[in-house]
Amino acid sequence: MAPPLLDVPLLNVADLACRRGGRPVFDRLSFALGAGELLALTGRNGSGKTTLLRALVLLVRPQAGTIVWQGSNVQDDPETWRGQLAWLGHLDGLKGDLTVRENLLGAERLRGRPAADDRLDLALVAFDLNALAHRAVRTLSAGQRRRTALARVMLTQAPVWLLDEPLNALDSAAQQAFRSVLQQHLAHGGLAIAATHADLGVPNARTLELTA
Amino acid sequence: MTGFLALLSRDLRLVWRRPGDVAVVLAFFVVATVLFPLGIGPQANILARIAAGVLWCTALFASMLSLDRLFAADYEDGSLDLLLLAPWPLELAALAKCAAHWIVTGLPLAALAPLLGVAFGLPPDALMALAATLLIGTPTLSLIGGLAASLTLGARRGGALLALLALPLCVPTLIFGAAAIETLMTGEDLLAHIAILAALALVALATTPWAMAAALRQAGE
Repeated sequence: MAPPLLDVPLLNVADLACRRGGRPVFDRLSFALGAGELLALTGRNGSGKTTLLRALVLLVRPQAGTIVWQGSNVQDDPETWRGQLAWLGHLDGLKGDLTVRENLLGAERLRGRPAADDRLDLALVAFDLNALAHRAVRTLSAGQRRRTALARVMLTQAPVWLLDEPLNALDSAAQQAFRSVLQQHLAHGGLAIAATHADLGVPNARTLELTA
Repeated sequence: MTGFLALLSRDLRLVWRRPGDVAVVLAFFVVATVLFPLGIGPQANILARIAAGVLWCTALFASMLSLDRLFAADYEDGSLDLLLLAPWPLELAALAKCAAHWIVTGLPLAALAPLLGVAFGLPPDALMALAATLLIGTPTLSLIGGLAASLTLGARRGGALLALLALPLCVPTLIFGAAAIETLMTGEDLLAHIAILAALALVALATTPWAMAAALRQAGE
């Protein structure tokens, strides 16, 4: 009898190693994540949280190790892997001259998908961006931009979220909004890996502490 | 293809929001070109003789002007990561960026050049040839410039380095572009030159996207 699918981890990272500027950042890092799980990356500044996130999405080439998504090595088929990802870097990745709405729709089209308007409205409502939807992003505050970037992540409907300090610059209401969006994502079977110092409000979150 | 068109239309929309950037490039082209008759004097025969070379050179300089922002803007605001992570080939993304650059610089330069050619006393058929050669030659300039822009991404003084890298690579296009008009004015057929310009554009089209994608991936590390 085949094992039940739920017990099999969706994402399997084994013996991952990375070097930056000739210096090892981390070595022999392994973890596995199943549906609905959150992995919080902690560690001091410069301990390699961002590098690990970038290595997981293959923006940084890992020195050694494998990343396996649903049974296949992502390095063999990076395009399929990229289609599963939603990325939030420490930069927001927004265009200042475009409005919030244009940024969100544009990012979805860049992923090769037309954005349905009802999904866009949901994302705007979730991060309280309705009143700002037609404002140029360069006129927004840092927190409002972060909310826009988080709305973009939500809009992707991608199963794997990779977030670098998602709560940066957010006020408490926006942090609360993000926590509930993240919980919904996990409840729908998504996974998330977040570099963070703050509590993301997920009770069964796993933690990986990086030491360098 | 959805992604390619999305990126192309996004970049065109960004230019539309800041029309000044394109206006500066075109104004530079006009001013730099007009300096030559002023400096050399109004001898019609000399001006008509050098017109093609001058217009091609200034068009080349003008198309270099806006290149340093081609990838740098995306690099600085984090959108480059989103392009690197888009589930379609990065080569196409690089091509879309160059296509947008060509539409807002190469195309208007080719349209403007015949008007400036009149000031140099070029005959009508040479004006037509000038527009045609620029139309076929400027895509090569955008592609080579895009390659230089991707290679100098993140470098200090990237702008000057970019021009140093791109200008020598643009020499073949410059030679055949300017020579085409010269050939026409001596009464010969310019089809061979046009064919070579088109060949150069196709070679650039077939090679630069891969090099740009590799350079962009490197910059993203």
